[in-house]
Parts: sequence; C-alpha cells; structure tokens
Amino acid sequence: MALTITEEQKLLKDSAAEFLAMNAPVEQFRDLRDSNYKPFNENLWKQIVNMGWTSLTISEEFDGLDFGFVGLGQVLEEMGKTLTKAPLFSSIVLGATALNNSSNQKLKETWLPMLMDGFKRIAFAQDEHNYFDPTAIVTSAKKSSDGFLISGKKTMVIDGAGADAFIVVARTDDGEPALFLVNSSAKGVSLTSEILLDAGTYASVTFNNVEVTANDRISDVGNGTVLLNQILNTASICLASEMLGIVKEAFSQTVEYLKEREQFGKRIGSYQALQHRAAIMFSEIELCKSIVITALQALDNESNNLDELASLAKAKLGKTIKLVTNEAMQMHGGIGVTDDVNIGFYFKRARVLQRLFGDYNFHLDRYARYHKY
Amino acid sequence: METTTKKDLKEFRLETRQWLEENCPKSMRLPLKDSTDYYWGGRNASFASEDQKFWFEKMLEKKWIVPYWDSRYGGGGLSPEENNILTQEMLRIGCRKPIFSFGISMLGPALHKFATEEQKMRFLPDITAGKTWWCQGYSEPNAGSDLAGLQTKAEDKGDHYLVSGSKVWTSYANKADWIFCLVRTDFDAPKHSGISFLLIDMTSEGVSTRPIKLISGKSPFCETFFDNVRVPKENLIGTLNDGWTIAKYLLTHERQMIGGVGETDVRKAVHKIALENLPTKDGILTDGFLRPEIAELEMNDAIFEMTIQRITDEAKTGVNAGALSSFFKYYGTEQNVARMELLTAILGKDGLVWESENKKAASETRMFCRSKGNTIEGGTSEVQLGIISKRILNLPS
Repeated sequence: MALTITEEQKLLKDSAAEFLAMNAPVEQFRDLRDSNYKPFNENLWKQIVNMGWTSLTISEEFDGLDFGFVGLGQVLEEMGKTLTKAPLFSSIVLGATALNNSSNQKLKETWLPMLMDGFKRIAFAQDEHNYFDPTAIVTSAKKSSDGFLISGKKTMVIDGAGADAFIVVARTDDGEPALFLVNSSAKGVSLTSEILLDAGTYASVTFNNVEVTANDRISDVGNGTVLLNQILNTASICLASEMLGIVKEAFSQTVEYLKEREQFGKRIGSYQALQHRAAIMFSEIELCKSIVITALQALDNESNNLDELASLAKAKLGKTIKLVTNEAMQMHGGIGVTDDVNIGFYFKRARVLQRLFGDYNFHLDRYARYHKY
Repeated sequence: METTTKKDLKEFRLETRQWLEENCPKSMRLPLKDSTDYYWGGRNASFASEDQKFWFEKMLEKKWIVPYWDSRYGGGGLSPEENNILTQEMLRIGCRKPIFSFGISMLGPALHKFATEEQKMRFLPDITAGKTWWCQGYSEPNAGSDLAGLQTKAEDKGDHYLVSGSKVWTSYANKADWIFCLVRTDFDAPKHSGISFLLIDMTSEGVSTRPIKLISGKSPFCETFFDNVRVPKENLIGTLNDGWTIAKYLLTHERQMIGGVGETDVRKAVHKIALENLPTKDGILTDGFLRPEIAELEMNDAIFEMTIQRITDEAKTGVNAGALSSFFKYYGTEQNVARMELLTAILGKDGLVWESENKKAASETRMFCRSKGNTIEGGTSEVQLGIISKRILNLPS
C-alpha cells in the first residue's frame, strides 16, 4: 500500500484546512481561553458535526460514513495546526472507538448515533494517577444483585465537564479490568475540573458506589485488557496526528520568522547556527509524516503490528514535538515568551499532548517490549 | 504499449522467488561482514569464493546485474514494479548484491541522463557485464566541502585534453579501471561554470595512485595524480564547462547510496546483538541506559525506512523529491554512525579489539572507525544541512 493519501482523503484534508481557517483560527483558541477557559465553541461543534467529521470512523451499520482513520487523522492534523478545541477526540476517538470495538449491540445502537449527531458526548475515564499507567487501575466494579457498583477516583478526564456519560475502567471482582458506561447524572458521581497548561479543561471524577446494570458493561468478560489496548493504540495514533499538525505549524511559523526578523543588519535565517537547527527539525518532521501515515493506514487495515506502530508514532511525535516547540520558542526570541504571539500556545498544548496516553519513555519502553528486549 | 497486469506481477514474483531459491548459494545469503566480502568486478576481477563466482555468473546470465536498465545496454529491462519485486524477493532471503559497483550506482545514472547514445553504448554494457571497475575523482586536497573550488585542469590541445592535478578520496583508485572526473576547463569563469565531466582510463600514461590509510587500518581510498595525461575528446560527457550540472545530479545518487536508500543488505538488529551480550531479566535488558538508546536508534531506523518508502511513493505522484537526497544522506549516515557507536558500547571490551583470534569482534571495531567517515564523505552532514536550509526551507544567504 502506497504511503500517500488518496484523492478523497486529500479533499477531506483540504476542506478541513479551509473550514478551520475560516471558522476556528487560533484567535478562537485565544478567545475561549480569555472567556474563562470555555472548553469549546458549541456552534463550531455543530458545524463540525455537519461536516461529517464525527461520522468518519463509524460504520455504515449505524449510519456512519465508514471513511476511516486516515481521513480522521487528516482532520485532527489540521485541528492541531489551528489549535481547535472540540470534543472530537474525547467523544469520537475515545468514546466511539470503545463502543465500535464492543460487542454490546444495545449500547452501540443507543449511543453511536447520538455521538455522531454531537447531541451527546462521552468522556473516557481511565487514569487514576499523575503518570499514565494503564495497568494501575484501582477503581472497582463489585458485582451487585442486578449489575455492578463502581467506586474509585479518576483523573485527567478529557472534556469530562459537561459529558453525558463516562466510559469508566474498573476492575471486576476477579481483578480483570472492564469498561462500563456510566451516566454522568447517576447517583454517586461527582466531578471537579482543572485547567491545565494548554488552557484545556480536564476533570477529576469520583464514583462512589455508582450503580450500573450488566447491560452497561462495554467489554466482554475477559476482553477488557484487549479493548483497553485497542483504545490505547487508536488514541496514540490519533494524538500523533494532532501532534503532527502542531509540529508542522510551529515549524512553519518559525521558518517564516527566521526569514523576516533582522538582527546585526541581516535576516537571522541567514545565520548558520539557526539554519542547521532548522534543517535538523525539517529532517525529524519528515520522519514524523511517515510514521503517522503508516500508523493511520494500519488502523484502517487492522494490522497485526498496531501495538508497534502506535508506540512508534506516539514516541516519535513526542520526541519531535518537544524539539520543535522548544526551538520555536528559542528562535522567536523575546516575543516568543510573551502572551501576545501565538507560538507559546503550541508549546503549551504540545506538553499536554506529550503526556496524554503515555509519554516518550512509556512508548519507547512499549516498543522495546514489543520486540522482546 | 505493453502493460503489466497485477496477475503478471504475481507470476513474476513467484518465478523470481523460485529462481532465487534455486540459484542463490546459501553463503551468498549471509550478511556481508566488510568490503572484502564484496565482488567488485573489473579488468583484474577476482572472486573471493566459488559461490561468489557462481552467483555473479548466474545473475549475469539472467541480465540481473542491473535489472532495471535497458536491455540495449545489457540491463534486464525490468519495469519499476518488477524491479521492486526482485529487490523485495532478494531482501526476503537475504541475497547479496552480485557486484558492488560505482558504475551502477553513480556513473550509470549520469551517463543515462547526459551521455550521447554512442557514449552509452561504449560504457554502459561493460558496467552491466561487471567488466569495468569505476572510481570517482571529485574531491581535491583543497576542494573538500567546497567541491566547486577544484583545480585539476584539462587544457584543450585540439584533439585531446591534457589533464594535470590531483584528486583525493578516490575510492579504490589503485584497483579501478576507469575514473569519472571533475576537471576545470575554464579558469576565468565563476567557479561553478568552468567545470567539465571527463572519463579517464586509469592505465593512461601519467596517472598514478597512492592509497590513504584510514583510522580503520584499511585503505579504501587513494590519492590520484594526473601528470600531463592525454584524454581523448570523446571522453567528455555532456557540455563543456557544464560539468557541475552532472556533478550535482550524480551527487544526489551518491548521497542516497551512502544514506542507505535502496540498501538491500540485511543487518542484524542491534537489540539482538544486545540480548546476546548484555544481562537480562525476564527477557528484558537490564541496562537502563543502553536500552532506551537502542530503542531510539531502532525507532528512527524503522521510521527512516518508512520515509524512504513514503517519499518514493510521493515521487510517483509527481511530488519533486530533488533536494531530499541531502536529507537522506544526512539522516542515513547519522543513524549509521550512531549505530556503530552504540554497537561498540554494547560489545564492551570486544568492541575495542583491534586484532584477535576472534575475527568477528575485530571487524566491528574497524567498521566503527570506518563509519566515522560516513558523515563526511559525499558532502558532510553540515553541507547537507546547508542544502536543506537553502533549497528546501529557502532560508536567506
């Protein structure tokens, strides 16, 4: 399979770029932040639904477009360039992926159409600690007479505030992790929010003996770990797509700045000390493009080395986004560290993306383990 | 027009697979240890083993020494798709290349693009038959990174050029039959505009060579001296004083070659060597410093491979990949140098052995030394980064 995007995927990418430039430029990100950290613009979310982006990875069985992850990846990359805030990652990449890979037909029929319509949103509640570790789940799901009682504390829940339901990872009585769908209005659910470095809202959610029925279980018995791994792979690859957008945009703004800014009577881009560093970034970005398209295609093909490719993607983008956003700050000089210019937004968003679903070290370790060393 | 269908390609793959299985000797499927394992061809060709001879002659008979060149010049006439399949199938079972030849990887593409038909018929068939060992005369003692500052002169003497000067870093000039050379034919023009591309028979009177001993202890390079050497005018390739165009074109091929693009030789994974040499617990390397270094190197190797694939695929859709050869050269050689550095660290004392009964260890140490030249030869990493920043990023001078 050629490592290029098809004509159709290119059309989607171009239309996304055009739409976002018009309706969600970086200024919107600034406005939202300055409006008491508003999580996203409701009107934009409706437009995004109308563009069909929420349906790209949903199968035709549920009236989705079944267009695939390569397509969604192009959209996420463009959203990275404009730092667009929308619950597309939380509700679709995480929420819909969990349901897509579930065998619980009832939940799929109920929720997938509502998620596509943007009517309802789901947030994914997995993390419990300061560091990403999918094995360190303490939250419990104790068997009750007609279902389960869920208790535990979750953190780093993306777009958790305002979500209609949570997908909660909890251990059943046999110690196995399982996924449950929990209504946010259920008794025993309480939520607090934090604003992180990227001006995004992340929730900590407490579940105190929350009752769910057996029908609310998303993962089959014995299948929780597999499903979590599928979500981890999908999330890592989709985050890598968004990170690629940030890397490309931060780099391009920096190269433009090198061509404009004059010091010592010359444009600073003529200095070899900066030229070589720019060329090194260019080279690393070439690698980033390759792993992202490879991994996205593998998601659509359900390749058997998804664990490997997802970790390669998240590790490589994690390493490169750190390099590029740091160099972007340094090369912009004094104005780069002011709030007046946008380049700092990319740097801040990058740091959060680096940590979500495992940082460079986590994924490098996972990659090494995949190859049995 | 003849079109190759998918079905034809499938058959071609099956036939190729079977033919390789039947004809490639087992010893020719082992990874190459160093340059002594290569077959170089040429007037004074000698084979290192019977298997090597058998393999070369079989491939020659099949016209697969250069499978993708036109059959007029002794090539196999394979389509790009067929050639890809052949490469994949050779890689699959680890077949060595039947010959290592700068005629194929460097001069050939330049002749295809710039030579007259007569010149092509004169030189290309000897390359595909492995009869000519070509070397490259580019760098000079005072023209390294600043290649266009070269001073070897070729004076017009009516029916011939008279060449005087010296070249350095000519690969295997002491063994080569012919040299392709950049010479100055106009001393008054700006430096890029007075250079021509000349082919010179190494047996011509006035040509002499002196091997350069490298830090690896080996001498793959020479100094080459030209003392009033008469070169027939028909040996000029392309237009007089426009040799820089050919030089640049050829350098893109050299850079891709040094960067490992199109490399089909299988190298043992670094982590496998590490598992054989370093302590483990539950199958996982316990060295908390080397392990992430190994993983990062292999991560970048894997993604660099994908990048070669991606850029090749994009070039097919018409995206111009021209200046990207500098990226390939820069990245591929930096990776190789990092690989050798890491490998010697993994091997511990064995990674330092210079001479020993244990030949394997000694060869790693010498390859490590040799690798230090990778980021210099064919244009230093700094030259490549300069090209990327000027030609791709359009940064100001």
